[in-house]
Amino acid sequence: MRAFCLLALLLVTLNAAATSATYQFESEADRERFRTLTSELRCPKCQNQAIADSNAPIASDMREQVHRMVVEGRSNDAIMEAMVSRFGEFVRYRPQVEPRTWLLWLTPLIAVGVGLIVIGVLLIRSSRRSPESSVLSEEDRQRADALLNGSPRDD
Amino acid sequence: MRRLYLFIPLALAVALGVVLASGIGRDTSSLDSALIGEPVPAFELATLSDPDGARTPDVFRGQTQLLNVWGTWCPSCRVEHPELMRLADEKGIPIVGLNYKDNRDAALKWLEERGDPYSVTLFDPQGAFGFDLGVYGAPETYIIDAEGIVRYRHVGVVNEQVWRETLAPVFEQYRQEG
Repeated sequence: MRAFCLLALLLVTLNAAATSATYQFESEADRERFRTLTSELRCPKCQNQAIADSNAPIASDMREQVHRMVVEGRSNDAIMEAMVSRFGEFVRYRPQVEPRTWLLWLTPLIAVGVGLIVIGVLLIRSSRRSPESSVLSEEDRQRADALLNGSPRDD
Repeated sequence: MRRLYLFIPLALAVALGVVLASGIGRDTSSLDSALIGEPVPAFELATLSDPDGARTPDVFRGQTQLLNVWGTWCPSCRVEHPELMRLADEKGIPIVGLNYKDNRDAALKWLEERGDPYSVTLFDPQGAFGFDLGVYGAPETYIIDAEGIVRYRHVGVVNEQVWRETLAPVFEQYRQEG
């Protein structure tokens, strides 16, 4: 039983490490780069998976290419660019900031801004309304005028 | 007037509903090629029938053609094959084949059994050219104009309806321009 548990645990661990372990790297830094890149590239075939955990043939081709380019010493940007030029912007899990995606990136800010404006307007209104809500009736106002001025106006 | 403000949330909800509803049923599994408007990437490949003959992107010069990516391992290619035969035989559409990640003997046998709709079939056993082209699953069918520029990509089976409604209009447009 204990051996079985150990085996199961071992298999799980092996599986998790499989993607980057099947590739050879010259340094830990390269391995880390590979891990980052493959988790940020989206598989075009099975669209809700990164190429790091997809079993699609195209994902394994892409991993192979990423590995090759990492070992060749190409920069992360260059590798991303190589993939995007073939498979389109779609493969970026993190879209680039460009005119086309401004709305996408700015929507959270816009939403927070609109929320703040609404809250601000409501606050200003309610603070203005409180003195107004105790406003005197027409009759009271005349009485107040009379009291303040001593006598009804005659000028 | 005041009361109209009460309808703002309703209007927003309706607008959101319309935006979301427009996405329902949309096919997100086929992507536009990243190469639309770009020349076919460089390659030098043997053909299926001639292991020594090296072909380059020049095969796409001179007339608007289809480029069909296929393999004997691909079940949908089997479904698609009769339509390609029809296009080649009845309509006289020039089709370049790209035999992708396949085995030469199996591919030749396939063409012998089912007929050969291709004017020439490029042999790409490693899928290197396929990768440069952004192929992510066979079958894929590209429209390439007379200058060798990629104009359209269809991912999935080409059947009579896909040809008539999607591919033929684009194909005719570039054929007339070219």
